[in-house]
Parts: sequence; C-alpha cells; structure tokens
Amino acid sequence: MKVVVWLAEGTWQACVDAAAEVAPPSASITLLHVTDPALASDVSDAYAGLVGRGSGTRDPGRALDAEAAHAAEAMLAAAAARLDRASSPQQRRGRLEREVVSAAEGADLLVVARDGPVTRLGPRSLNPPTRFVVDHAPCAVLLVWPTAPPPVDTIPPPPPHKAAPPHKAAPPPPPHHR
Amino acid sequence: MWAVLLLAVVLAFAVVRPRGLPEAAAAVPAAAIAVGGGLVSWAAARDEMIMLGPTVGFLAAILALAHLADAWGVFGFAGALAARAARGSPTRLLTVVFGIAAAVTAVLSLDATVVLLTPVVFATAAAAGVRARPQVYACTHLANAGSLLLPVANLTNLLAFSATGLTFLGFAGTMALPWLAVLAVEYAVFRWFFAGDLATPARPQPVAPSPAPRFALVVLALTLAGFAAAEPMGVAPAWVAAGGAVVLAVPLVARASAKGRTARDIALSTNPLFCFFVFGLGVVVLALRRNGLDDLIAALTPSSADLLGLLTVAALAALLANIVNNVPATLVLVPVVAHTPGLVLAALIGVNIGPNLTYVGSLATLLWRRILHARDEPPSTSAFLRLGAISVPACLLAAVVALWVALKLSTVL
Repeated sequence: MKVVVWLAEGTWQACVDAAAEVAPPSASITLLHVTDPALASDVSDAYAGLVGRGSGTRDPGRALDAEAAHAAEAMLAAAAARLDRASSPQQRRGRLEREVVSAAEGADLLVVARDGPVTRLGPRSLNPPTRFVVDHAPCAVLLVWPTAPPPVDTIPPPPPHKAAPPHKAAPPPPPHHR
Repeated sequence: MWAVLLLAVVLAFAVVRPRGLPEAAAAVPAAAIAVGGGLVSWAAARDEMIMLGPTVGFLAAILALAHLADAWGVFGFAGALAARAARGSPTRLLTVVFGIAAAVTAVLSLDATVVLLTPVVFATAAAAGVRARPQVYACTHLANAGSLLLPVANLTNLLAFSATGLTFLGFAGTMALPWLAVLAVEYAVFRWFFAGDLATPARPQPVAPSPAPRFALVVLALTLAGFAAAEPMGVAPAWVAAGGAVVLAVPLVARASAKGRTARDIALSTNPLFCFFVFGLGVVVLALRRNGLDDLIAALTPSSADLLGLLTVAALAALLANIVNNVPATLVLVPVVAHTPGLVLAALIGVNIGPNLTYVGSLATLLWRRILHARDEPPSTSAFLRLGAISVPACLLAAVVALWVALKLSTVL
C-alpha cells in the first residue's frame, strides 16, 4: 500500500497523525511538501517595480526562496520525526494543487487536511488548492480535521427558500442517552 | 519628439536591463544627449540637478541607514516581536505585520520594507507555522500604500516635498489622515481577500526571546526626531540621516574583523548608481517637459483643490505611475500642479498607492517580466493583480477623501 501525506503549514501534524493511525505497517509512506514559487517571484516582481535600484543581488525574492527551502526541509524533518517510522520525503515546486495531484499518481491513499475555518463545519472548510486536490485526486483521499472537529450544530441552517416542506421536516432530535 | 524617444529608451532600458547593466548606463548618456542636442539648456539641467541634489543625497543616506539597521539586528528583532505578539494566530500576525511594515516604510522608506523586512516576515510566519502569503503581500503592498505619512518614506515624497511648501511636521500632519485611511482599507481588503489562509489554524510555536537592539533603535528614534527638529534650522534631512548612519556605522566597522569589507559594504549600500539614475532621469524628464509635456499635463489637470480636483489629480497620477513608473510620473506631474499644495499631495497619493495595481511598477515591466517568467516557470497565479485591482481604487478614494477632510480642517483650525 502506497500512502502519500501532503504536509502544509499549520495543518501537517494532523495528517501525519492520521497516516500513522491508518497506514498498515507494510505501507510505504511518502511525506510530500510543495512550495509554490509564485510568492517569491511576486516579491521579486515587487522589487523590480522599484525603478532604478539596479542589480539583482539585493532581490528579496531570492532571500524568500532560500527561506522557503529551509522551512520546507525543517517541516519534512519534523514530520518524519513525528511519524516515527520509515518514510520517504518528497519536495516539489509548482502550483500546489497540480503538484499534489501528480504526486498522488499511483498511490492508494492521499492524506489531506482541511484548511478553512475550524470553528464551524463548513461551508468552505477547504481553501481552493485543497478543494482542487479533493476534486481531482487519482486515489482514495483521507480528509482530516487539523483540530478537533467542531460540533454538528455549527452547520448554518438551510436557506429559507430551500427549506423542506413541513411534513418532510427532520424529526426533533432524539433525547440524549449519555 | 526626440525627448519622448529619450525617455522611452531610458525607461525601457530600466525595465529590460540588458546584460544586467545598471539603469544609470542609459539614463546618464540620455541626459548628456538631451543637453548636447539642445533639448534643454545646460543652465536648466544644472539647476535641475542642484534641485535634486538634497533629495538624492537623502536617498543615499536613508538606504545606508536601513542597511545599518539591518546589520544591527533591527529587522530580526521586529520579526521576533511579531512572532511573540501573534501567539500562533495568523490574523494577529497579519495585524502586527501591518503595524511593523507601516512603521518601517514611514521611517526607513519603502526600500527597507521590500528588501529587508519581507524576507524576515516570511521566515517569521514559516517558523510560526503560519501560511505566509497574507503577511508577505502585506509588506509589498504597504511599502507603496503605506509611504504617505512622512516625506522620507518614498522617493516620490522627497521629490515633491519642497513643492508642497509644508514643513516636515506639517506634511506628516496633513498626510496622517490619508495614511490611516489607506491602512484601514488595506487591512479590511486583506482580511477579506486572504480569509482562507488566515482561518487555517496554526499551532503556537515557542519563540526564543531576542534582545532588543537598543542602541540602534535609539539612534533611529533620534534620527527621526532630528528630521523634524533640524528643518527649522535649515538643516536638510539628508544631513540628519547621514549623521544617524555614521553613528550606527562607526561601532560596526570598529568591531568588524574585516574592517575594509564592512566599510565597503556600507558605502555600497548607498547605491550610488541609483543616485546617478535619478539625476539622469531628472534631466531627461526636464527635456520632455520643456518640449510640450508641461502644456499637455496642465491641460489635463484641474486647477483647484476641491474634492473633484483632488480625485482627478490622484487618479491621473495613479494612471501615469502605472504607465511609466512612479518616479518619472512624479517628476512630470508635480511641477505642473505645484501652484496648489493640495494638488501636489493628491498627486503623491496617486503615485504612491497606484503602483500596487501592476505591482511591478509599470505595465511595460509587468509584460516584460511575464515574458521572462514564461521561459523558465509556468506563469504564476495572478493573486497579486487581483489584490491590486480591489485595493487600489478603494485606497485611492479613501485617501483622497481623507486628504480633503484634512485640508478643510487645516484651513478651519
């Protein structure tokens, strides 16, 4: 069994924990981190916008690139330590969603974390790249909450014009049996 | 017509930078051609350069001051401060970064924010486990939009400062309201635009306490106070900034093991080629102004500083800044509206906020860099462009209305 674990800032711990729980001992686990070069290149562009400043040696985009590589290494190392079993790291550069989908090719399971608001159950509990990955993944996807999931009653009520007719309304909640 | 061609060559060279040659390599010969070819008299060109002298001197000094502040650890300290204050919350980190970027831009000018603060902010966010996009874009946006407060914050402000007829504190007093309005609008736009990134939880990471670089912070504070205090005595801010830079430089050089190299790095941080570029550009733009551009711009600009007039000038300035870059836009616009100080300030609002629209300074730069990027990497997402399209019109409007209110208040009080 091949398991790919997508590590992203702020949520990767939950993915690693979930992988450790569900992957059988025989599974091969890949820890994946993707860096989107767009951020550093936008910063380079902003620097280029300051007319007349000259040579590229002071280009902050390059400094950002170096910092990003350093941060990715640190995250992969921390994730491997947290997983505490054999795994192989993989680093990619490009559009997050495209790289993750292509890294999941041939895998049996992709572990992904939600990355929207964690105080309620949706809507929009997935940012656009994550939504794309869940939509397009070429394998099974395990979608985990980065924190304890919020209670079910945090779902907003349905909009009035779509409310079910009275006779089909949901029955009152059963009494608690705790 | 020749003057148009000269300016086009200078700006195109600055965009393309063939063989990595400095921008001055085209601007200085172009200025020489403008004078030699009789487009502008030597006396006028000399007067222009004498007028630009204090501005360029200040520019060199403030670039060195920012470099020295970095060497003293001021930016690293700011990053640690932000991480501590954020306590693991992406939204709080954004708020703190807004404050720091606005302060750094106001005091040490926009170059310091883009070149020195942005990488520190990225590293801070990464260490805190926060997605860095909102905070990094905040630095690049506030470098432009946050540069309204003090005359020293932006080269454009320095170029226009004498035309406003205001004192250092008078400038800050009038622009404080527009500056705050812009910060508020940018903050609201960022909270909304990056809601997804900001909602992603982060786990608070322990932040190692970092000692404050007290000496450097005190020198910077005194330098800032010196800008305001020295002016009534007729001392140009360039001398105050240079004084601050020397006070910060001497202990660094004395302590360094490679004294020569440290001193050379500090000297190079003044970016002398940039200074030559500004001189050359000033002369080329003067040639263009003398050959019909002044009349054209004068026909386009309103003559009174009512709300509509302020809005028109700010919009025209923003448009011009996106076509030819904001420094030439300032050189072109300010002399034409110099008869009414309120309009000069409106022009500054336009040339300072406007660049966030194409964010690389001008349309030509944007297109050229897209071509370059297309070669090695797939074209990046257009998050920056969408962000600018939303924030720039809103900021312009808010800042101009705030300026109008500030001008009204100043005549009432």
